Amino acid sequence: MTEPVVDIRGISVEFPGVKALQEVDFRLFPGEVHALMGENGAGKSTLIKALTGVHRPVAGEVLLGGERVAFAGPAQAQDAGISTVYQEVALCANLTVAENILLGREPRRFGAINGRAMRARAAELLARIGLRVDPRSTLASHPIAIRQLVAIARAVAIDARVLVLDEPTSSLDADEVAELFRIVRVLRDEGVAVLFVSHFLDQVYEIADRMTVLRNGRVVGEWTTAELGRLELVQAMLGRELGVLDELEHRPDKGRAGEPLLVAEQLGRKGAIAPFDLTIRRGEVVGLAGLLGSGRTELARLLYGADKADTGRVLVDGEPLKLRGPRAAIEAGIAFSSEDRKGEGLVADLSVRDNLILAMQAARGWARPVPRKQADELVAKYLKMLDIRPADPDALAGNLSGGNQQKLLLARWLVTRPRLLVLDEPTRGIDVGAKAQIQKLVAELAADGMAVLFISAELEEVVRVSDRVVVLRDRRVVAELSGVDLGVDDVVELIAATPGAEPEKVAS
Amino acid sequence: MSRRLLWPVLALVALLLVNVFVTPSFLSLRMQDGHLFGSLVDILRNGAPTLLIALGMTLVIATRGIDLSVGAVAAIAGAVTCTHIAAGGDPFSGMAIALALCALMGLWNGFLVSVVGVQPIIATLVLMTAGRGIAMLITEGQIITVDNPAYRQIGAGFLVLPIAILISVAALVGVALVTRRTALGLLIESVGVNPEASRLAGVRSRTIIWTVYVFVALCSGVAGLMISSNVSAADANNAGLWIEMDAILAVVIGGTSLAGGRYSLTGTLLGALIIQTLTTTVYTIGVPPEVTLVFKAVVVLAVCLLQAPALSRALAPRRKVVLP
Repeated sequence: MTEPVVDIRGISVEFPGVKALQEVDFRLFPGEVHALMGENGAGKSTLIKALTGVHRPVAGEVLLGGERVAFAGPAQAQDAGISTVYQEVALCANLTVAENILLGREPRRFGAINGRAMRARAAELLARIGLRVDPRSTLASHPIAIRQLVAIARAVAIDARVLVLDEPTSSLDADEVAELFRIVRVLRDEGVAVLFVSHFLDQVYEIADRMTVLRNGRVVGEWTTAELGRLELVQAMLGRELGVLDELEHRPDKGRAGEPLLVAEQLGRKGAIAPFDLTIRRGEVVGLAGLLGSGRTELARLLYGADKADTGRVLVDGEPLKLRGPRAAIEAGIAFSSEDRKGEGLVADLSVRDNLILAMQAARGWARPVPRKQADELVAKYLKMLDIRPADPDALAGNLSGGNQQKLLLARWLVTRPRLLVLDEPTRGIDVGAKAQIQKLVAELAADGMAVLFISAELEEVVRVSDRVVVLRDRRVVAELSGVDLGVDDVVELIAATPGAEPEKVAS
Repeated sequence: MSRRLLWPVLALVALLLVNVFVTPSFLSLRMQDGHLFGSLVDILRNGAPTLLIALGMTLVIATRGIDLSVGAVAAIAGAVTCTHIAAGGDPFSGMAIALALCALMGLWNGFLVSVVGVQPIIATLVLMTAGRGIAMLITEGQIITVDNPAYRQIGAGFLVLPIAILISVAALVGVALVTRRTALGLLIESVGVNPEASRLAGVRSRTIIWTVYVFVALCSGVAGLMISSNVSAADANNAGLWIEMDAILAVVIGGTSLAGGRYSLTGTLLGALIIQTLTTTVYTIGVPPEVTLVFKAVVVLAVCLLQAPALSRALAPRRKVVLP
């Protein structure tokens, strides 16, 4: 076997009060795709950041091409041939696509940036990865999926020896994932070592040659993809047996719902979603399915008053509700957890406690603070109930891992005891364990009489959780499916009904 | 005491020590006619307007905003009151009219920022420029002098301590109580850290932002009254000139980030005291007038650098890397 291009030996990383990585060994060979697996908070991102010089290890060493390296930052790592595409797109939305791809490496003429050469070079790189966007357009004008691919084009631009892909597919649809994998295979065959992190098991088994599993900051083991089955992988990640997901399949009370809680009549907004009718009953989980950009989020935002509708009206308990904004929705008992945890969800610089009581406090008004004792009780209760880690009320919310942030957001709304909970992509980018916990919680909440609108890009998840599935296509509600025998295939058929449209990736 | 207040405290102590070294009688206080006199009392009295404005500025900055118009608003407050008194009016009604006008200007700033969505630095630049013009219109370009014992009290009066500093400290304590005992502080910080997330969580972001601009305008108004009362005159051009810079500096030295979010009122108090002590020090140690501003800039730069994350990381002891 050839020498590994990256050889990490006995590395440990500590944050104040947390041992994020303990004596981790990790090898990455040229010409392989190596998947790094683990739950949220297992240390995957920390390991990547230790490799790229963001975090400084307290022990151990990193060898690159046989030589010991210690990068002072991602820029140095990049110069050494390690290119990283992070989970959350780390680009400048206000710059053009070309500027983003070549940022810091702009072609120059007489000391000034040569705009024409830059656009030409960017166009070349975009063509190489088969992405058809105008290099002159600003990045902000593109959806997240395109931005992700631009980030990959940027990584490709430096002819990296090592390409790190940290959750690159969490916001891509099937076509885009296939496109990404095509590029990854090309790069792999050229001898690039690819480090791949994803929560989609299907994708890992499709692309990875080898995997390393982390749990609680330690290495569980390293296997080739062929020798490790799915079940063994999940058990290695969780360190316990899985039964939760199966339980959900057979919810006894599925399909049993009460009186209509919310009725939308011809609600619509120009450019966002065509007028639609929708009824949500008490104790019912309604799923929204559709491809990226089909109007799932837009529909949810209208129901919450986050965006104003141009047409139609909303009735709650049969009474018309004037949705002037989120506050009106909250007063009517509607809660909305955004898909954009970082931008529209958490208040990163505030503590877990403050984040948890924020919605409750906002509803009470500034003059009636939530008493400290009550806040502490609520925090203790929900940290335990949702298994949020670390269970420290004073930790900054921004320091939690993705899955824990999501659970914290859920907790924020649960303390307000909403009647309708709108969850936009509550399980995106989080691990199997947390995902199962959230799905189970949704089922329990519905059993207690809460109505839930559940949005997810993963069709299997939507179908499993929901009593009824509303299918969207091209910013239009095209169908409603219900019944005990509701299957993924039915939904896929509806989504794919338009010529040219492909069914969205079905992930487990 | 929290860690981030360490450097401001050290800076203040260092400045005081320099003064004691140059002027041994610096710390001495004496009682005369029921008033306290001494350099320290002067610092407090002269620093009162800056402290009051910095207090309002802290809340504005916590919401990710900034208000450049505070000096102009202060000038208007003085101009209105002095013109009113000079025309034979009652000082109290004059002050009431002035503060009502200041509140109106705060509403204007808040409207531009929270409703129209103009960037705070631009929105308040409008009034920073126009405000002096308005003050000039009110005083018709003249320096209006008044001789009113009641009006003199607010800026130059004493109740053992200078009345001006009593007003500022009372305002500071009041704001600390209102923001920390109620949920207002939490909501202000939340809006400052992430306005969109706060809006979606049901926080009245717009109302909160609007309110802090009205509050800082009222603070500026009272500060303007102190300034004009202290000299018994209204000078539309020079009253409160550059005080917005001192106020912003006081907030920043106090450890509140211009990026919004977490704020420290204690830090602002320290910052305002540092700024005023610095100004006094410049006179006591006899820095030539032509280099005064440079001297001030150097000290401020030093304090800010000491608080910068990059520098504190560089100064922190390196963790030893254990080799296998």
